[in-house]
Amino acid sequence: MATVNPEIDHLLRRAGFGVSALDVDIYRDMSHTRAVDYLVDYDGRPDDVDERLGRPDHALIATRDLFAPDIDIEDARQRWIFRMIHSRRPLQEKMAMFWHNHFATAYSKLAVDSGERQAAKMLAHKPGALRGPQGQIELFRQYALGNFRDLLIQVAQDPAMLIWLDGKSNTKARPQENFGREIIELFTIGVGNYVESDVYAAARVFTGWNLRGSADYRQDEYGDLNAYQEFVYHADQHDTGDKTFSFPINTSGSRTIASRSESAGMYDGIELITALAIHPETGRRLARKFWNFFISEIHAPDPAFVESVTAVYLQSRTEIRPVIRHILTSPWFTNPAMQFARYSWPAEYVVRSIREVGWQNFSVDRARSPMAAMGQQLFEPPNVGGWPLGAAWFSTGTMLARTNFAATLATSQKAFLAATVAPLAQSPQALLDALLVRVTTAPLDSAPRQALMSYLAAAGSWTGSDEQLNTRAAGLARLLVGSAEYQLV
Amino acid sequence: MDLSRRLFIRNGVATVSLGIAAPSFLTAIAEAQGIRTRNLVVVYLGGGNDALNTLISYRDAAYYSRRPSIAVPAGQVLQVGSDAAGQPLGLHPRLGGLLNIFNEGRLALVQRAGYANSSRSHFEAGDIWGTANPQSSTGSGWLGRYLDALPRPLDALAAWNTTAETPRALISGTSGVPAIPNAGTYTYASPNRGAAALQERTAAQTMASNPASGRPHLAFVNSTARGAIETLDRVALATSYTPTVAYPDGGFADALQTVAGAIVRGIGSRVFWLQTGGYDTHAGQGGGGGGAYANLMGALGDGLWAFYSDVRNQGLAGDTTVIVFSEFGRRISENGSAGTDHGAGGLMMVLGGSVRGGLHGTAASLAPGHPTLENNSGDVRYETDFRSVYARLLEQWLGVSSVPILGGDFRAGAPAIF
Repeated sequence: MATVNPEIDHLLRRAGFGVSALDVDIYRDMSHTRAVDYLVDYDGRPDDVDERLGRPDHALIATRDLFAPDIDIEDARQRWIFRMIHSRRPLQEKMAMFWHNHFATAYSKLAVDSGERQAAKMLAHKPGALRGPQGQIELFRQYALGNFRDLLIQVAQDPAMLIWLDGKSNTKARPQENFGREIIELFTIGVGNYVESDVYAAARVFTGWNLRGSADYRQDEYGDLNAYQEFVYHADQHDTGDKTFSFPINTSGSRTIASRSESAGMYDGIELITALAIHPETGRRLARKFWNFFISEIHAPDPAFVESVTAVYLQSRTEIRPVIRHILTSPWFTNPAMQFARYSWPAEYVVRSIREVGWQNFSVDRARSPMAAMGQQLFEPPNVGGWPLGAAWFSTGTMLARTNFAATLATSQKAFLAATVAPLAQSPQALLDALLVRVTTAPLDSAPRQALMSYLAAAGSWTGSDEQLNTRAAGLARLLVGSAEYQLV
Repeated sequence: MDLSRRLFIRNGVATVSLGIAAPSFLTAIAEAQGIRTRNLVVVYLGGGNDALNTLISYRDAAYYSRRPSIAVPAGQVLQVGSDAAGQPLGLHPRLGGLLNIFNEGRLALVQRAGYANSSRSHFEAGDIWGTANPQSSTGSGWLGRYLDALPRPLDALAAWNTTAETPRALISGTSGVPAIPNAGTYTYASPNRGAAALQERTAAQTMASNPASGRPHLAFVNSTARGAIETLDRVALATSYTPTVAYPDGGFADALQTVAGAIVRGIGSRVFWLQTGGYDTHAGQGGGGGGAYANLMGALGDGLWAFYSDVRNQGLAGDTTVIVFSEFGRRISENGSAGTDHGAGGLMMVLGGSVRGGLHGTAASLAPGHPTLENNSGDVRYETDFRSVYARLLEQWLGVSSVPILGGDFRAGAPAIF
C-alpha cells in the first residue's frame, strides 16, 4: 500500500517523489506540520543512500565496467536516479533538482572543453576517493536549503559554471558577457528589471574570475583522475574601474561599485552578488518559481503568495530553509484544489512510478534513455534557461515516451505485481481497487474507469489464475502509470 | 476493426502496430484540406548564429580588424557576388552545399533581418521570432496561428515538430502540434502480446479520449496521448522511406531525412519544425575557416544539401521551401575567448525549388560609426523586418492572408523571395 492520506500523499509528491510502501510506516501518524518538519529538517538523518547502492533489496544499477559515478556521466545519472528513489532525505534531492534547473548547466559543453571524465567530475564528483572540488550537483545538495547568496557565490566560482558560461576566459582586455548576463537575467532579478548596460558592467565585475588546472591536469581523456580544475581569481586580469548599474548596489542606495585595487577586486563580484541576492525582484522571481514547483502550474502565482514568500526570503537574509517551510505549511499549499495541479517533470514521473509499481530486479539504467525521450536528460538541460516546464513537458512524442516507460516498468515487475496483488484480486473490480491504492492517479472520471474495467472484462470470466493476474495486473499498471491522470502531481 | 494487425518485439517490450491505412486514403484527406502540394520546413539555429561568419563581407577591412582570430580568410570564402550596395560577399567555406543551391538560383540570402531594439536575451528573442511581435514574447506563434486558420477538422499531423519541446512559433490556440523527435521509437509498447496488447491499446485510446470537462490541463495531457496513438501508423510510414542520397551523420541530418520521408510518402504534414543547436558561440569559434563554428556550418550546409538533393530527385523540390533563421546575430568584434557575444541583426536563408535566389538587402559596413551599425557600433542594425519575410511566405507560399496572422501588414518592402 502506498498511500497515507490525501494530505500527506500530496506533501510527499511535492516535497519528495511520492509515497513508497516503506514511507507508510514513517508518516502514518504524523500531522501535516510534523511531516513538513521531518522533510525540511533532514540534517539529523544520515545521507547514507550512496552506501546502499548495489543492495539486493534496492533498485539495481547497471555496471558496464566499473561503476564510476564520479567520472562517468551515465553512472552519475544512475546514482542520482537511485538517490531520488531511495534517499531518506527526499526534499534534499528535490531541491537539488530545482537548483540544477535554475542554474542549468549541460554536460556536453563541458565534455567538449575538458573531456568526458573531467566533465562528469565537475558535475558529479562526490569528494572522497578522488582529489578536487565537489561536483556541481554536490554543491546543490549541500545548499539545497541553504543560503541563496552564498549559493550564488559558490556557483560563480564553480568550475562547471566557469566553463558553461565562459567565465574562465573573462579578462579585462576582453570582458565576456555570458555569465554576467545570465546571473542577472536568469539566476536573480530577471527580464524587465535590468538594462543592457548592466550586463556589460556585470561582465567587467567578474573579470579575472577564471579557472586553473591542478599541477597534474591535462586536457585529455587519459589524464590522472585525481587532476582537477578549480576557481582562481586572477588579480591582474581584473578591470579595476567603476561599474555602474541601474539598480542599487548597497544599502545606501548607491548604484556604483567603486573602483578597487586589483588585489581587492574580487570583492566587486561579492558586492554585486549580494546586491542581486537581496534585490526584492530576486525574492519574487524565486517565489514564482517555487509556486510552480510546489503549489501549482495551472493557477497563476497568487500575488499574496509571492509577497509573503518574498518577505520571508528577505527577512531571513536569503536563507532558503525558512522559505520552503513557510511554503509547505502555507494555506496555498494545503488547499485541496492544489492537489494534482502540477505537471510532473520526467524525473518525478519516473521515480514516483518506480517507487509505486516496484523496483524488483529493475535497473535504474533502464530509465536513462526513456527520460531523454521524455525531454529530461539529467545533467543535460537544453540551455541555461533550464527545461521548459509545465505543459511544455507534454507533446505526443514525450507522452508516448512516458507511456512506453510505463510498459517497460510494468513488464519488469510482472511477476512481482501478480504475486503482491493476488490475495486482493478476487474480482476485476478488486484488482483495479488494489492497483489504485498503489498507483495514485488524479481522480479518474467514469469513462476512463469504464475503459479499465472493459480491459479487465476482456480477459474472460475472472478466475484469478496466474495467467490472468500476470497479464492484467501488468496491463493495468501500464494503463494507470501511462494515463494522463498519473502525469499530474 | 478490419485493419491488418502486426505485432513485433522491440527492446524486449511488445510493440503493437495497427496495420497502415492505405496511402490513398491519407492523400484524400490531405487533398481535401489542400495540404498535399506545398511544404514549409523551418530550421531554427539555436543560440544566435554569427551571421557575419555565415555570409562574409570579405572585402571589408573592419571585418578582419575587429575579428583578428576568428575571421574567415578572404581566399577561403565561397564567393556569391556583390549585393545591391556593391559589397562583395562570400559564404563560409563549409557551406559548399548551399553554394550549389545558390548557383542554381534557389537560395535567397536575406541580410540584416531583424527588428528595432533587438532583444539580446536568447529566450525573449527566440520567443519574439515565434510570436512575430517584438512587443510580446508570450502567447501564440505565427505558425500556430496559421494552423488555426486552416479548415477544420485539422489533420493531427498537419504540422510535425521534430524537437521534443513545442517552440513558441508553433503554439496555437486550437491545434496541438505533435512533437516527434525520434520517429524510430514512435511506437506503442505493452507488457503483453497478442489480444491483451491490442485490448490495452484500445483502453489507452478510450482513456485518452475522455474530454475531462472542467479539468483543461488533464484534457490537454489526454490530447497528447490521443495524438500519439492516432499518428503512430503514419509516422511509421515516413520512417520506412529509403532516401535517394546519403545523408551525413548527426541529429540534424537525421531529422531532415525523416522530414523528406514524410514529404515523399505524402503523410499529410505541411509544416515541419527543426532545430539545431550550438550557435551560442561565446568562446572558441575557431579561426582560419576551421574549428567549432566551421563544424556547425558543415553540418548545416551538408544536411541541407542532402535534403534538397533528395527531395529534388523525388520531383518534389518545387513543392518544398526551407527557411533558416536564428534569434539574433552576434557582436561584430570578437571577445577575449575567440568567440562573440549576443548581437542584433542576423541572416535569414530561404531555399527550395520555387525560391527566387540571390542576395537580398545590403551588408553592414563594419567600420565603427557607420549608420548600418548600432549599440555604439558594436552590433549590426537590422534592415529587413523579419515579419516581412514571414508575410511573403504566408501569402505567396502557403496561400493565406498574412495580415490577421501577423497582426499587421508587413508586406511592403518584403524581399522578393518567390
